[in-house]
Amino acid sequence: MSGQHPPSAEPADGDRITLAHDRAQIDRLHQTVLASLERHGYEEASRFAVRLALEEGISNAFRHGHASLDADLPIDVEWSVDADRIVMVIEDQGPGFNPDVIPDPTLEENLEKPAGRGVLLIRSFMSEVAFEGRGNRLRMVFKRGQPTPHA
Amino acid sequence: MSSSGSRLRFKRDGEVTQVEFRDRNILDEANIQQICEEISEVVESAPNPKLLISFAGVDHLSSAALGTLITINNKIKNSEGQLRLANIDPQIYEVFKITRLHGLFKIFDSTDEAMASFA
Repeated sequence: MSGQHPPSAEPADGDRITLAHDRAQIDRLHQTVLASLERHGYEEASRFAVRLALEEGISNAFRHGHASLDADLPIDVEWSVDADRIVMVIEDQGPGFNPDVIPDPTLEENLEKPAGRGVLLIRSFMSEVAFEGRGNRLRMVFKRGQPTPHA
Repeated sequence: MSSSGSRLRFKRDGEVTQVEFRDRNILDEANIQQICEEISEVVESAPNPKLLISFAGVDHLSSAALGTLITINNKIKNSEGQLRLANIDPQIYEVFKITRLHGLFKIFDSTDEAMASFA
């Protein structure tokens, strides 16, 4: 976790961390990534998109990726920010899944179901989305200039 | 309802219960579960509940929060009540549009417009 760096460390524009299923740790990661986006001049709509995708990706990793595993198992998150793009890779320790089998939550018959919208939102707000490995590693890229839904 | 530790503010206006969020970010799953329980308690305490949920001051919400809104909407429908949403930030409204939930919920720009819409 970035918090393990000495206080005098330069602000990070990338890291690879092991993240526990702990809200305080997740919030610290959000703040670190968002601070990096601000330093690189990414506008508010971009920060909204990145925060949303990061939240949904982490939530899916713990809730679905680790559904059949110990709830205390951590995940790995690797991220980097530069002038052109943000890359976020979230890897859980679960068996993986095939995103193509997720029911379309926008179909009339699924609209009133309370779950199943995370991947749709990630795909809508990110420039590139890939499920790698055995389906347990989510790679998301946001490119500067990517038209965000509200921009 | 006790406000101690509540994630919400409740206000009664005639037959309508208005709900506001104390948090700017509706992301934490434990908080979302608590929000669901608090609102459900209000919904289940009246035969035909009328509820207005205001998103004033809310900057972010997750798909889990959307799921809770759907659960609440279903409960209100089952009780033949009415649910209105209002004051949704434009970026968050896009999330409703992408998920097509803007068609499921009755959404208004302001509290006044939402209040005027109750039958």
